Amino acid sequence: MKIIILGCGRVGATLAMKMEEVGHSVTIIDNSNDSFRRLDPKFRGVKILGNGVDEETLRRAGIETADAFAAVTNGDNRNIMASQIAKEIFHVRKVVCRIYDPIRQSTYNLLGLEAISPTIIGANMLFDAIIGIQRSS
Amino acid sequence: MYIIVGGGGDVGYYLTKNLLRQGHEVLLLEKDTSRYNTLSEELGQAIYNGDACEARTMEEVGARRADVVIAVTGHDEDNLVICQMAKRYFKVGRTIARLNNPKHELLFQKLGIDVTVSPTKAILSLIESELPGPHFVLLMTLKRAGLEIVEMSIPPTSPVVGKQLSQINLPRRCHLSLILRGDEPIFPERDTRLLANDDVYALVTKEGEEELRNTFGTS
Repeated sequence: MKIIILGCGRVGATLAMKMEEVGHSVTIIDNSNDSFRRLDPKFRGVKILGNGVDEETLRRAGIETADAFAAVTNGDNRNIMASQIAKEIFHVRKVVCRIYDPIRQSTYNLLGLEAISPTIIGANMLFDAIIGIQRSS
Repeated sequence: MYIIVGGGGDVGYYLTKNLLRQGHEVLLLEKDTSRYNTLSEELGQAIYNGDACEARTMEEVGARRADVVIAVTGHDEDNLVICQMAKRYFKVGRTIARLNNPKHELLFQKLGIDVTVSPTKAILSLIESELPGPHFVLLMTLKRAGLEIVEMSIPPTSPVVGKQLSQINLPRRCHLSLILRGDEPIFPERDTRLLANDDVYALVTKEGEEELRNTFGTS
């Protein structure tokens, strides 16, 4: 699969390496060159410097032939807008989007965007961990 | 009408003042506390310190009973989310977004934003229309009517120079509304004669624009 990842933060860089390890071809976009330092030196994919809500940048990243698109910048709204461009304008088959705000996440899920909220997932895991400690003590 | 305005920059500030003057119930949302403090001296109850992108904030300010939500921040992604959340989550009837990047117009329309306003495009048109020499400028789009208001100056080489309007074949669904000759406005009649350097204001459909340009020999 050809995968485009928007945002080279911790999550984006980790996801890129994982995808590459299992043989997918990865293009990663970020608006700061410094962010690409988070990538492992072994990364062989394409790095694109640019704004992810700009159609031109997405075209440069090869979105017209991409199989999947993941929006994981640190801005919820930027992720939402970029994902909708990928879906509605470029008709990418698989689009996933990270949204921190749980309310926005559930709303956009209803609108047909596959959105994941690390806030809820993280809180649930911490909750379980704490409850687990209580039970065992 | 209850109108919520997202983003207290210059546009949001003056818009809020205007809407208040027209007697509407208006609430301006500004997330930056120091900007909020500056504006609240003057706007008092009509400004609220909060982020219009946050559903919790919008719930607090009564977005569910808002008639219109207008997003005028400097970031298109924020304006998009403010309007989409207003429309889909709070069921607001009318949403209006400012477009900072004119290229996003089609996307916003596709995504269900009722009205988009592009200051960048408007400024370019206005400046173009003030430049001397032949021009063809789109001044405004009347979306519901499916018409454009255009301004064109007639070059001396144009095939319509010296002709009466009745001799000119206009595109279907096109209306010449005004001729400006120097500083004199002329309301066109069938026997009005066109001269070089006249400025012509016309209503035309998007499809008829090209034909109109060719008829008048403007580029």
